Amino acid sequence: MFRLIGSDEESKMRATREAFGATLIELADEGVPVVAVDADLMGSTTIGKFKASSPENARRAFNAGIAEQDMIGIAAGLSLTGCVAFTGSFAVFGTGRAYDQIRNTVCYSKLNVKIAPTHAGISVGPDGGSHQMLEDIALMRAIPNMKVFVPADYAACASALRLAAKTPGPAYVRMGRAKVPQVYADGSELEAGRAYVLREGKDVTLLACGVEVNEALKAARMLEETGIDAEVIDVFSIKPLDEETILTSLAKTGCAVVAEEHSLIGGLGDAIAHLCAQKHPVALAFIGTEDRFGKSGSFDELLAYFRIDAAAIADAAKTIHTKAK
Amino acid sequence: MAKDQSLESIARSIRHDIVDMIAKAGSGHPGGSLSCADIMTALFFADILDHDAERPDAPERDRFVLSKGHAAPALYATLAHAGYLDRAELSTLRKLGSRLQGHPDSNLLPFIEVSTGSLGQGLSISSGIACGLKLQDNPAFVFTLLGDGECEEGQVWEAAMFAAHQKLDNLIAIIDNNSLQIDGRIEDVCNPEDLGEKFAAFGWEVIHVDGHDIPALVEVLKQAKTKGSAPKVVIAHTVKGKGVSFMEGEASWHGKAPNDDEAKTALTELAEQEA
Repeated sequence: MFRLIGSDEESKMRATREAFGATLIELADEGVPVVAVDADLMGSTTIGKFKASSPENARRAFNAGIAEQDMIGIAAGLSLTGCVAFTGSFAVFGTGRAYDQIRNTVCYSKLNVKIAPTHAGISVGPDGGSHQMLEDIALMRAIPNMKVFVPADYAACASALRLAAKTPGPAYVRMGRAKVPQVYADGSELEAGRAYVLREGKDVTLLACGVEVNEALKAARMLEETGIDAEVIDVFSIKPLDEETILTSLAKTGCAVVAEEHSLIGGLGDAIAHLCAQKHPVALAFIGTEDRFGKSGSFDELLAYFRIDAAAIADAAKTIHTKAK
Repeated sequence: MAKDQSLESIARSIRHDIVDMIAKAGSGHPGGSLSCADIMTALFFADILDHDAERPDAPERDRFVLSKGHAAPALYATLAHAGYLDRAELSTLRKLGSRLQGHPDSNLLPFIEVSTGSLGQGLSISSGIACGLKLQDNPAFVFTLLGDGECEEGQVWEAAMFAAHQKLDNLIAIIDNNSLQIDGRIEDVCNPEDLGEKFAAFGWEVIHVDGHDIPALVEVLKQAKTKGSAPKVVIAHTVKGKGVSFMEGEASWHGKAPNDDEAKTALTELAEQEA
C-alpha cells in the first residue's frame, strides 16, 4: 500500500540514503538478522547510524576498509550463515569496482546479499565524472537472479530496503546523495514487480525512476498548462518490470517519455524499449545522459545541464505527443 | 570409502577419479586438481574438517570453500569418496545437464557453500562466514583452499588485511603452492614473492608443510584448528600434476585433458603406485 503526500502536506527534502541506516535499525529491531558491510564510507552511506545505534548493531556492522571487492565477499559469507547482508559504498565503487564479485559470487550462487550503494548518478554532484555512476542500472539488471529497485524518495527507499531484506536472494537498491522532494507518504509499502501510477492522464505516459519521478511529476504540471494530460508512472522496480501497468498505460496514451538519472544505454529506457518493441510498439522518447561521463556541478545545475530535468521531460513529451497524433 | 582404506590410498583413488573424469569430459584442469589431492584427503578423511554427509547443512559443520574453483574435479572426487554424491556421477563432469559444472555450482551440489571459479574471492567469502559464525557463537571453523597463482589477485590481500584485523581465529586458509600457473612458472609470470612473509606481515599465523606428506598435513591442520587471536594460513608446498609423471611440474597440464592413451598411461601409473 502506498499513499502520495497530499497537496496540503509539507514535502520534506530528504536524501534516499538517509533511509539506509534508519531502515537497518528498524529491521534489526524487528528481529531481521541484518548485517551491513561498508568500505570506509559509513558516514556517507548512513550505515554509521546503524552501527552507532546499539552495541549489538555495532557488532553487525563491518568495515572492509577501502576494499569494495572484499566488502562484497564478506557480505556473501555473512549471508551464508543466515544473515541478511547489505553492502554500502558509493554506487560507482559498490557496483562497478566489484562487478565480478556481485556477478560470480552473489548472483551466481543466489546469495541473500543486498547491494545498496549510495551516491548514484549525478546526485554526487561536485565530485565529478569519476564519482557519478551512470551505468549501474545497466550493470545490475544484466545479471541473472538480480532484482533492481530505484526508489524516488526517502519513503520509497525505506520501502525498497525493507522489500530487499524480506525477499530472498540478491537485490540492488539504488540510492542518491542529494536531498530530493518527498513524493510518497512515510510508511508507504512498494512491491517488487510493481509500477505505480502516480498521476492519471490520457495523452502521454511519463515513465520514470529515482529522482526523475519528481521531475516527471513537475513536467506533468507544466504539460497541463499547455493542454497535454500526462500520466506519470513510477517504475520503482526495474527488474522485475511491471509489464501490465506499463502496457495498459501505453495502450491508452499511445506514446511515452522514459526518464532516468542514468545513461541512455542499458537502463530503464532500454528495458521499456525492449518491452514495447516486443509487445506494443508505440512512439517513445528517452531522457537520460548521453553516451558520456558526468562532470562537476551542483545536482540542480547538472539536471539542467544534462537535460534530464522537468523542462526536458516536458519538451520531449510535447514532441512525442505531436508525433504520435 | 572403505573404513580401513589408508589416507594415501584414498588420495590415489581421488587422483584416479580426477584423471578419469577429466579424460571423459575432454576438458578440465588436471594439474591443480592433482596437486591438491593430498590436501583434500587430509582435510576430509582425517577428522580435520568436521562434516557429515548425512547432514550436509548441519549448522555445526565446519565450512569448506574451494577458492581455486578450477580444482573442481578434486572437490567432486573428494565429495564422492565422502558420500555426498555417487562416484558414478563423476563421469558426467562438464556435460550438459550435469550437476558437476566445470567450476563448482553451490546450487546444484551438497556441501558446496558457494559457487567459485572467478579467482581471488574465496578468502573474502570465508572471512564473511567466519564473522557470521562468531556473531552466532558458532564454534565451527572455515577452511578455504587457494592456489598460489591465485594470490596474484588483489582481493586476496584485501581479505588478508580484513581477516587479521577482525582476529578471525576460526579461519584457516590453505595454499596449494604448486609454483605454476597457466602461463608458466609463477616467478616468471608475475612473482608475488614470499607468500608466507606477506601473510605474516598482515598478522596471520603462517605454517609451512610438504603438501604431499599426508601425516604432516594432518598434523599441521590439527595444529591450525585451534583458536587464538589470528587467522592461520597453511602453505602446502606441492607439485602440479602430482602422481602422474608426465604431468608433474608441467604448466601445460594446467587446463588440458589427457587423450585416451595419456589417460590410460596415467591411470596405470596411479594403479602401480597403489600396488
